[in-house]
Amino acid sequence: MTVWLGPEEWQAVQLSLAVSLRSVAVSLVPAVLVAWLLARGRFPGRMLLDALVHLPLVVPPVVVGWALLMLFGVQGPIGGPLHDWFGLRLVFTTEGAALATAVMSFPLIVRAVRLGIEHVDPGLEAAARTLGAGPVDRFVTVTLPLMSPGILAGAVTAFAAGLGEFGAVITFASNIPGETQTLPLAIYSAAQTPGGEAMAARLALISFALAIAGLLLAELIARRMHRLLGRA
Amino acid sequence: MLEVALRHRFGGAGSWRAPRQDGFALEAGFTGPARGVTALFGPSGCGKSTILAAVAGLLRPAEGRVALDGTALLDTARGIALPPERRRCGVVFQDARLFPHLSVETNLRYGLRRAPAGAGGPGFGEVVALLGIGPLLARRPGTLSGGERQRVALGRALLSRPRLLLMDEPLAALDHARRAEVLPFLARLRTAAQVPILYVTHAIEEMDALADHLVLLDHGRVLAEGPAEALSTRTDLPLAARRDAGALLPCRIEAHDAERGLTRVGFAGGVLLVPLREEPPGTPARVRLRARDVAVATEAPRGLSTQNVLPAVLAGIEPAPHPQEVFLRLALGPSLLLSRVTRDSAGRLGLRPGMPLWAVIKAVTFDHALAAPEGRGEATPPRGGAGA
Repeated sequence: MTVWLGPEEWQAVQLSLAVSLRSVAVSLVPAVLVAWLLARGRFPGRMLLDALVHLPLVVPPVVVGWALLMLFGVQGPIGGPLHDWFGLRLVFTTEGAALATAVMSFPLIVRAVRLGIEHVDPGLEAAARTLGAGPVDRFVTVTLPLMSPGILAGAVTAFAAGLGEFGAVITFASNIPGETQTLPLAIYSAAQTPGGEAMAARLALISFALAIAGLLLAELIARRMHRLLGRA
Repeated sequence: MLEVALRHRFGGAGSWRAPRQDGFALEAGFTGPARGVTALFGPSGCGKSTILAAVAGLLRPAEGRVALDGTALLDTARGIALPPERRRCGVVFQDARLFPHLSVETNLRYGLRRAPAGAGGPGFGEVVALLGIGPLLARRPGTLSGGERQRVALGRALLSRPRLLLMDEPLAALDHARRAEVLPFLARLRTAAQVPILYVTHAIEEMDALADHLVLLDHGRVLAEGPAEALSTRTDLPLAARRDAGALLPCRIEAHDAERGLTRVGFAGGVLLVPLREEPPGTPARVRLRARDVAVATEAPRGLSTQNVLPAVLAGIEPAPHPQEVFLRLALGPSLLLSRVTRDSAGRLGLRPGMPLWAVIKAVTFDHALAAPEGRGEATPPRGGAGA
């Protein structure tokens, strides 16, 4: 593949995979927590949280990127302290691209995990209680395994979708080759460059292949999990 | 000994989103014996499953006390409410609730692994043999039949080394054939479990087969409680209004007469002849003599096809649910039978208490499940059926 792809293009592919992987790694645990709250929690402001989580799905990605820029910029209320105290800069970095991607794919994971939780019969957890399992015990031995198809499906979907995140990444992290120029950004740049059509086409083809592979993987995992869990 | 006293109200307290309209109130108290089966019996919606959930700790009643052998599991007055995981009540749910991601064996060991170190009870192999689930151990719950699933659920509850077994209509979700398949195992488990069992049901066959102590419920209240046999001859309870109303008699298989195709079944006050049974002589059993299957004669009847004609004394005449009928209480030695006859017949025969009569018993409904074999661990359950 390195023969066929130029070093710059290969770099974009690798960067995309790395950014998307990091975004999933960052958002998975909070997403499971939020999905849990939304599925099982009974607290005031649940609907508000629900709406907030889903915002990235409906707000233009550029706006999400801009909001991140405001919050996490070196002058921002979160970015400022991060930079001053920890020397951490998110704007225009790979980490920033991962953060933008994570925010964008967050609702996707939450939705899938929530669906997974709603598939878990609370009666089974009650049965575990009567068999002597305490809260942590029954979460680990009953709830988590039963909701794992949702978690995996969410993670794979978010990963596949993360590979293609454009608006939020370019706004927050900019389009720096080798640093924040992921696949879609590279395609965009190539398409803008005279004579870059062939490169854009090759990258688009790779995008396409990765997306298909991701979806197939998600389906495969879902089937396997359902068999493992004894569902039809 | 199990002591239960609960007060709970549904409705009013429902959420603003789904206020309950029925305003169902539960106010029930009863005491179950330290050994054997206490059956909560009543129509759907009478509160029996709510009581069971409150005993298990899965529902918190507004007020109440649940104590097992003097130890409080719940006492709202003293602020005690043990969580279900610390109550050590093994629950068998109507829908089995086996963990779908675990094998049958891991399901069975789930409670066992979490039981306190000092807790005694039948071992893994013993329970597996008792319930005939050895061949299923490696399988997943999803591949089991309804009856198999329920047997595994019984084993799982028993293996959690409970101090009390709670069964919430464990056979209600099964069809007739599956129920007949599981019932004998329940009867075996009843003998093997050294802990009291609280059994919720609305099926009279299950009550007949398993109940030692009976708690009759209606609309969230206890109508009566006592030994199942004693309550079966009370004509003032809803039981008497059922088609299968009649006396429950503890009895014992005495002898088989293969030539005549009959088995002698002895009870306190006489002997019944029933079509040949499979249980060995000496096996304890229980029969239900339905009031509609018992007729009376003032003289020894002759030329009858009925096998069982026994001398009795008319102990009393009581009103039956149908205004044209009466219940006759017949004393056969220390045993009491009910007979349902028309008011007209009673008048025509000039029946009055104290009269010697002949009880003509047209059918004997066998509670087959009680006739569990003494030897545990056989793969085939005892077969049951009804005799005439």
